[in-house]
Amino acid sequence: MAIEVRIPTILRNFTGGAKAVEGSGESLADLLSDLDAKYSGLRGRLVTPEGGLHRFVNVYVNDEDVRFLGALDAKLSDGDTVTILPAVAGGAFGFAAAAAMLGNRL
Amino acid sequence: MTRYESLLDACGNTPLVGLPRLSPVVPEGAPPVRLWAKLEDRNPTGSVKDRAALFMVRAAEAAGRLRPGDTILEPTSGNTGISLAMVAKLRGYRLVCVMPENVSTERVQLLRMYGAEIIFSPAAGGSNQAVATAKQIAAEHPDWVMLFQYGNEANARAHYETTGPELLRDLPTITHFVGGLGTTGTLMGTGRYLREKVEGIEIVAAEPRYGELVYGLRNIDEGYVPELYDASVLSRRFSVGTRDAVLRTRQLVEVEGIFVGFSTGAVLHAALAVAHEAVKAGRRADVAFIVADGGWKYLSTGAYGGTLAEAEDALEGQLWA
Repeated sequence: MAIEVRIPTILRNFTGGAKAVEGSGESLADLLSDLDAKYSGLRGRLVTPEGGLHRFVNVYVNDEDVRFLGALDAKLSDGDTVTILPAVAGGAFGFAAAAAMLGNRL
Repeated sequence: MTRYESLLDACGNTPLVGLPRLSPVVPEGAPPVRLWAKLEDRNPTGSVKDRAALFMVRAAEAAGRLRPGDTILEPTSGNTGISLAMVAKLRGYRLVCVMPENVSTERVQLLRMYGAEIIFSPAAGGSNQAVATAKQIAAEHPDWVMLFQYGNEANARAHYETTGPELLRDLPTITHFVGGLGTTGTLMGTGRYLREKVEGIEIVAAEPRYGELVYGLRNIDEGYVPELYDASVLSRRFSVGTRDAVLRTRQLVEVEGIFVGFSTGAVLHAALAVAHEAVKAGRRADVAFIVADGGWKYLSTGAYGGTLAEAEDALEGQLWA
């Protein structure tokens, strides 16, 4: 079962620079295990030691956020596209600067 | 009543308009599926951010954080800056915006016209440089007040107290609410209100998926989730790419005559997805979505003309929502 997985720039060091890789699995958890066998260490950047999705990682199946589809238990089918992205709020400049300023005050 | 004592009083109460041509066609005898656009570009400065700006300033006044003549500092090159500049002018404050020097000239002109002062952060160095600049300004001016829209509860409350009640008043049969996800204020406030009042309502987020340059973090731990965000308010969350957002933005003006910014195109894309699902399932649906702003400020991107591929190239690396 082939599922296309789109890899963000900051994680391409695990995929030899590949923007997209293929994997298989009936759930997101299965897929990430399959990928980790080929791209060692990738899973560890996406899943916390407690077994949940990393807070600053968003994963989408066919453009829908998996956190609303069962998270790591989200079901996958042949031909699905999985997109991995770091969490950045709209206005990337604004939040970074604002968060920094706020931190500076505390 | 459409007479107001001042521009600030004219904030909100925006029209909700049906989209009879864009709403999906349902089979004969099937329940109707209708799309409705809430025109937030009809606010005083032309965007949904007027609501949040007004509520954040009033909340800071009530808390004694803002006194006449004070300076408000906000790092933004977007609609929030323009809204805050207008509110600050009318309430007697000075506004300083920090923004990268590569922001479009329209933005700079608009902000200055509304009376904001601008401190540019060098574009080279990206967010690290922006952070450094911001820290330096904050250290030099400890008396300046930052409203911080990503964590300010008054941002979400503006929508809990105004946008949500307006939607329910105008569309008591609402089944879905779709909004763009940035600070998350619109979705959190409106979503909480509608969940309390409408059983089974779906709150749907549309999140812009930018070109790769925008995600130029060094590592995952530099990511950010706004303090206002509470996933339990949402039913679903869609990531919408540049091409789909541009396609829907053009479709909205071509088919329904509504000229919007690209973030609204992303929102419409998600609204159409849930509307078509309802048609398939044979369910009635009244899908209301937010038009965050008009398209005027984005004309210079060139993304309203040419092919979709050209538009995608034009927006590559830009924060188009």
